[in-house]
Amino acid sequence: MHSQGASKLEDISMMNIGAIKRLDDKARKIRKQVINMIYVAGSGHPGGSLSCVDVLTTLYFHTMNHKPLEPEWTGRDRFILSKGHAAPALYAILAEAGYFPVKKLPSLRKMGSMLQGHPDSKVPGVEVSSGSLGQGLSIASGIAMAGKLDKKNYSVYTLLGDGECDEGQVWEAAMLASHYKLDNLTAIVDRNGLQIDGLTEKIMCLEPIAGKWRAFGWHVIEIDGNKSVEIIEALDEAKEIRGKPTAIIAHTFKGKGISFMEWINAFHGRALSKEEMEIALQELS
Amino acid sequence: MELKSTREAYGDALLKLGDDDNSVVVLDADLSVSTQTNKFAKKYPERFFNVGCAEQNLIGVAAGLAIAGKTSFASTYAIFSTRAWEQIRNTVAHDNLNVKIAVSHAGLTNGPDGASHQSLEDIALMRIIPNMTVIVPSDAIEAEKAVVSEASRAGPAYIRLNRVETPIIFEENYNFVHGKAVLLNDGADLAIISTGTMVYEALEAAKMLRRENVDACVLNIHTLKPIDKKVIIKIAKETGAIVTVEEHSIYGGLGGAVAEILAEKYPVPMRIIGVNDEFGESGEYQELLKKHGLTAMNIFKSVKELLEIKNHEIPRD
Repeated sequence: MHSQGASKLEDISMMNIGAIKRLDDKARKIRKQVINMIYVAGSGHPGGSLSCVDVLTTLYFHTMNHKPLEPEWTGRDRFILSKGHAAPALYAILAEAGYFPVKKLPSLRKMGSMLQGHPDSKVPGVEVSSGSLGQGLSIASGIAMAGKLDKKNYSVYTLLGDGECDEGQVWEAAMLASHYKLDNLTAIVDRNGLQIDGLTEKIMCLEPIAGKWRAFGWHVIEIDGNKSVEIIEALDEAKEIRGKPTAIIAHTFKGKGISFMEWINAFHGRALSKEEMEIALQELS
Repeated sequence: MELKSTREAYGDALLKLGDDDNSVVVLDADLSVSTQTNKFAKKYPERFFNVGCAEQNLIGVAAGLAIAGKTSFASTYAIFSTRAWEQIRNTVAHDNLNVKIAVSHAGLTNGPDGASHQSLEDIALMRIIPNMTVIVPSDAIEAEKAVVSEASRAGPAYIRLNRVETPIIFEENYNFVHGKAVLLNDGADLAIISTGTMVYEALEAAKMLRRENVDACVLNIHTLKPIDKKVIIKIAKETGAIVTVEEHSIYGGLGGAVAEILAEKYPVPMRIIGVNDEFGESGEYQELLKKHGLTAMNIFKSVKELLEIKNHEIPRD
């Protein structure tokens, strides 16, 4: 316990030590689920699922107000996974939070399963189906506008891939969100630096990515997106910002958490072999 | 003859909806004067959102508002809505969202603006999407009733409206029923199945045919999807020959929909009148209709050709 005289800063850091340990443990558990789900499915996108696990874990287990047993609760904060190919991470998070049984996770991508290859609104906790890139920010903006119109104080979060920012619609929505002063909206860009065909800077240069969002009228925060303490602080800051939406550029590693997958683009869209899966799970233990 | 455009009727319908239902929101992509959403914007500025000329975003934002419980009307020109076809398919239709895509300047009605601003493929593009409703009103009264009716029905709809003023066909007390064909003229010799602006031309053609002792049945298909299969099959059985007519490509629109049904259930000699496999061009609306054979006179001629086949059993090539 901290003393009565501790400063506010120390207060936060004391609180965070426990919270951060819990989040990191949770994130490790989610990563194991992701590895296993994609292995069992025989296909999927492990790289970009692993890079955003810490952001998703922090959102769902620290920042967002939500009731897993009441997915339609009107006061809930909303999350839209715009980079829909990270569906395994979202499903693992939702199951871990209690939206549906964890035992359903291995049905990912199987015929008849609700766990479609890309997020489907049939799944409790999934607000909207996604998968085709570039669309989540528009949808999140619409929900944020409805929140303002109805004078509700929920927050809306969306996670975009960095390669996804090649899509023109992202910037149509970026313009709109600042025009309509959607300060109840936070967009997080999973800046893992890689897209299917290679380095983002080689395929379609994104830099200066923070400058672009800033120029579009957003409050911009750059963080290490694999560090929960930085994610917590950025999300807290976003809540305080008035009059404009916040973009968090979360610098991450594709394949984060598994030594032989980190920063290796081959794992964008292929499942792990049995041997790779076993090593990966060992590393996470 | 009273004239009114279906887009004007749409603007009026939105005002009514705005009064009655505060969950109705309207979005436009920088064409609010042309689409007539400006009337709603003036009266309900807090429920009107201009997204600028950004059609993909228009659909996405409308979807987000619908997810949050609103009935979203999203408007632009017909042709530009198809620019967001994949957003319409993957978000609006896939999740069966309450987004009504109400588009103006459809078909050739945007005449002088030329091919880039005309829309001759949209019915086909929208009809093929699961969960999607496709409505093509034939006059201003039907348009207004259809808009109000669709607002009260959950799920997506594509409502195809026109720039030009067209004749009023229906009475004020007309009752629009989603998915139900409207029989406008009884006749046993042959049926003219029409939609949108061509319903009036079909009725005119039927009058010309009457002078030659031909009784043509005229059917108005305002709901292209879900289409009234039962009535189409019944009419095919009763008349034995069908001409379809639409201000759209001959591929994939009304003619396609009717042919899909009859080929399986009750094949009869048929003619599809529409714009042949080509683009439009600049010109006055009436000139363009004439060029593409979208006139009562051309329907009249096609009917007579088809009757030859029906009555003399000329082998079909």
